[in-house]
Amino acid sequence: MSEVLVVVEATREFGVKKVTLEMLTLARELGTPSAVVLGGAGAAEALSGKLGEYGAEKIYAAEGEEIDGYLVAPKATVLAELVNRVQPAAVLLASAQEGKEIAARLAVKLDNGILTDVVALDADGTATQVAFAGSTIVKSKVTRGLPLVTLRPNSINPTPAPATPAVERLTVSATDTDKLARVVDRVAEQKGSRPELTEASVVVSGGRGVGNADNFKLVEELADLLGGAVGASRAAVDSGFYPHQFQVGQTGKTVSPQLYVALGISGAIQHRAGMQTSKTIVAVNKDAEAPIFELADFGVVGDLFKVVPQAAEEIRKRK
Amino acid sequence: MNIVVLVKQVPDSGADRNLRTDDNTVDRGSANNVINEMDEYAIEEALKIKEAHGGEVTILTMGPDRATESIRKALSMGPDKAVHVVDDALHGSCAVATSKVLAAALGQLNADLVICGAESTDGRVQVMPHMIAERLGVAALTGARKLTVDGATLTVERQTEEGYEVVTASTPAVVSVWDTINEPRYPSFKGIMAAKKKPVQTLSLGDLGVAPTEVGFDGATSAVLEHTKRPPRSGGAKITDEGDGGVKLVEFLATEKFV
Repeated sequence: MSEVLVVVEATREFGVKKVTLEMLTLARELGTPSAVVLGGAGAAEALSGKLGEYGAEKIYAAEGEEIDGYLVAPKATVLAELVNRVQPAAVLLASAQEGKEIAARLAVKLDNGILTDVVALDADGTATQVAFAGSTIVKSKVTRGLPLVTLRPNSINPTPAPATPAVERLTVSATDTDKLARVVDRVAEQKGSRPELTEASVVVSGGRGVGNADNFKLVEELADLLGGAVGASRAAVDSGFYPHQFQVGQTGKTVSPQLYVALGISGAIQHRAGMQTSKTIVAVNKDAEAPIFELADFGVVGDLFKVVPQAAEEIRKRK
Repeated sequence: MNIVVLVKQVPDSGADRNLRTDDNTVDRGSANNVINEMDEYAIEEALKIKEAHGGEVTILTMGPDRATESIRKALSMGPDKAVHVVDDALHGSCAVATSKVLAAALGQLNADLVICGAESTDGRVQVMPHMIAERLGVAALTGARKLTVDGATLTVERQTEEGYEVVTASTPAVVSVWDTINEPRYPSFKGIMAAKKKPVQTLSLGDLGVAPTEVGFDGATSAVLEHTKRPPRSGGAKITDEGDGGVKLVEFLATEKFV
């Protein structure tokens, strides 16, 4: 069977991201999974255990300052060379900022079609995408070149299939043009130990109704009790209650967790666009007419400052 | 500094949006079409740079005739002129072909800086800045929440999952921006009147040296096979808190095995 290249998405702090495990699980249906690690020195070594556990038969590693010191261009160059050499059955990347950017450059280099925000991919290359804020389901196909696909996090249930991957080092041959955008600093901002927003199976979000930044502790507390990530509506972010990288909606992150909890969020289309494909939705809002209740599987009309602390207490009791 | 801002006309994300049943493209005919929201932040950033450093701001749009409405709207914020790439053969173009056309147009405009929104609200594909930069052989500084211009040196704070990266490059370059970067101005009455007289140059594929077979359905690198509307969600149980709303909420979560 042909190789399927999975471009690994990982963080320094938490290692391999869940979407990578989803891609490996998907890749096993399409061929023989090979993981591609494009990162700083030692990245492949640190990640190989997890990648093998989910079925990577091979790991291609391109590491070091030449890769890591610049925005995505050198990564795309290395990947294009690899694709030309191994002629994979498909190339999978994460449907997140960097994955889409690498895929964008690869598509131009190879004059190859690209499909983003894919939630399922058949063996014949037919992809399923969700468009227009979850309201339209699209079947599509790359018609020139190989299936070059970015997979949306939380689309596939990752299952282990242990393998012992051999590591192959790739020569990095980035051109001067690849090195035009230099990364001079990386700054981590507080997130604590919570799961990453787009990958979390539970997301608890706060909106304008939370009232101020300090009150977001209430949202965080419920998120922690449910093992979830914290999100925020645009209104809450614009009001300075919570940082922008946690914004869920049309101009923010799209999330699709098992459980979405909306606190003090009215449910404007801007917000719904980012969360309405969540499996189960619950909402607390003092306005009985809030549109969020049209989506909610369970809604509580009431004061979130009474309902949420009581819910938190009840969860603690049951633990 | 010669700045070009990419502006896309999209169907209003606040209304019902559809794909056409005849050719699977975005239905622009029956929709209320507006400037892609993120592009307004790109225009604002360009105007701020012009105000601080001098230069000229040009709007570049690829789209059908009716995209003129969005071009005039963009000009009313303050840019100097616009270029509209319009050609019937463009209908049905994929992202790869679109980037080829935009790169060809940018090649004629001699821009020091290209600014665009990080993504459009219709496709949300987020690939255009890097595709264009790849074709032009220039730097792409994408996902900016802050942009600083110092002579020919550009520095951006790039929003990431973990925090942000500081990324730097020299002009010429492509920069894409998120909506945290600024607060776009509203067009003034004077701006709206002035926009009517600002020059809008139209370019065809022939003007750009791109063959019709390289774009549209003929040149597409991917195809939509079919599409269906997802049934709208229907609300479930809704209770009014009578002092036990929190407990009831947890009871629901327990039946769904979340606690």
